[in-house]
Amino acid sequence: MLEIDDIRVGYDRTPVLHGVTVAVPKDGVAAVLGHNGAGKSTLLRAAMGLLKPGKGTVRLDSEDITRLAPHQRVTRGMAYVPQGQQAFPHLTTAENLQLVADGRPDGKEAIAEALDLFPALRELSGRRAGLLSGGQRQQLAIARALITRPRLLLLDEPTEGIQPSVVAEIEETILALTRRGGLSVLLVEQHVGFAMRAAQRYYVLEAGRVTSSGEGGAEAEQTVRAALSV
Amino acid sequence: MTVILNQSFTGISIGAVLLLIALGLTLTFGQMGVINMAHGEFIMAGAYTTYVLQKAISGAGVSLLVALPVAFLVAGAMGALLEWLLIRRLYTRPLDTLLVTWGVSLMLQQLARDIFGAPNVQTRAPDILTGNIAVAEGISLANSRLFILGLALLSVLALTLVLRFTPLGRRIRAVVQNRDLAEVSGIATGRVDRMTFFIGSGLAGVAGVAITLVGPIGPTTGTNYIVDAFLVVVVGGIGQLKGSVITAFVLGVLQSVLEYSTTVSVAKVIVLVAIVAFLQWRPQGLYTLRTRSLA
Repeated sequence: MLEIDDIRVGYDRTPVLHGVTVAVPKDGVAAVLGHNGAGKSTLLRAAMGLLKPGKGTVRLDSEDITRLAPHQRVTRGMAYVPQGQQAFPHLTTAENLQLVADGRPDGKEAIAEALDLFPALRELSGRRAGLLSGGQRQQLAIARALITRPRLLLLDEPTEGIQPSVVAEIEETILALTRRGGLSVLLVEQHVGFAMRAAQRYYVLEAGRVTSSGEGGAEAEQTVRAALSV
Repeated sequence: MTVILNQSFTGISIGAVLLLIALGLTLTFGQMGVINMAHGEFIMAGAYTTYVLQKAISGAGVSLLVALPVAFLVAGAMGALLEWLLIRRLYTRPLDTLLVTWGVSLMLQQLARDIFGAPNVQTRAPDILTGNIAVAEGISLANSRLFILGLALLSVLALTLVLRFTPLGRRIRAVVQNRDLAEVSGIATGRVDRMTFFIGSGLAGVAGVAITLVGPIGPTTGTNYIVDAFLVVVVGGIGQLKGSVITAFVLGVLQSVLEYSTTVSVAKVIVLVAIVAFLQWRPQGLYTLRTRSLA
């Protein structure tokens, strides 16, 4: 589905990723794990086109999308939920969703489906996103991404900094989404347990390089924990 | 009392002109953060559009009405072109943007001199706008000033409706609030920037049409108003339409009343000192939006 091949990316002249290769299986989940500063978010930003790689390619269903702008990648079926529960703070919850639905013939249905996944957002439709709690904003961020009906979803630490009761809800929703088919996910996560439950494939990233990779699943959890403790 | 009322109305009409000019800036400067020194020349373009149309169309009333949309399109197209040619390459370099657009402003002034000549020219106001309406004993309101006030309020209403309730308005607000998030949400942010500049500059063109009713116009017509317009946007709270509306009228009335009791220069100095003191006390301006986070 998505093939990131030997990419080198950095900020200004500081390299962050030194030739990283990651593949997301069709209708499957690939998890990227690693400590803070390993380059996980940089990898997702590069996959989405917010950072241009100095070397290497990004392919979506065999099409080279390395030089495409992020909004062009969205039209090809990619969606991205960045780190930090990002939303448009001065737009209401409803406007945050409508913004993405504008111009889509199936926009109304897409919003309704997204709200079915996160019913709590219905009661918050008139509230500005900047006044929502972290958990509510993250639900809004995932709902916003799903309105484009993506084939590939990039999730950057979706449960980071969120109260435990909401974390469980978000995790269950993500697992349900990945199980219903038609959606591939590249998941960046620090919670090894959740990541390995969701993923068919994992990659451990250290200092901008893949140091370990393999088949996912709960049985691989100890291997990943060992790789991360090095 | 009569004097105060008369001066207040004059102030409100000055405020209306200021508001019309500042309205475009609330988009290009307030929303996008671009200090476009050529904004005044878009006002000038709108004023000259009125002049040219008046030469082409015989009725002053008809030509003024035609000038409003045409000036919007002419100035808007100039703004969009400027954004596409230069400003989009300089979004992360505000100082360079200021210098480059100042250069463009000088070029446009010279272009106007070459086309229309250096001396100011006068447009003819339609008969309906040349008279006064007497509202009470000793108090009369100039029709042209009432027209400008109406035009300013209509423009504010139109801009508010576009920003609040249309897909384009949502996109403009989204791009301003979080450009990267807008881009990864599927919004072509470059196109939105151009449209924002088109509307902001187009509104300057509409202001230019209004200015032809106040006095003669020349190559530096827009420049004379531009500093005051920037002040309106800064004092109102950057990006806050409501703040710009209130500030424009308050500054207009203050200026007018002070001019009556002192002189034009002293009034200007007092207003500027008041603005400096206000911004020391409230650097964010009159209005700001509260959020839990700015993400």
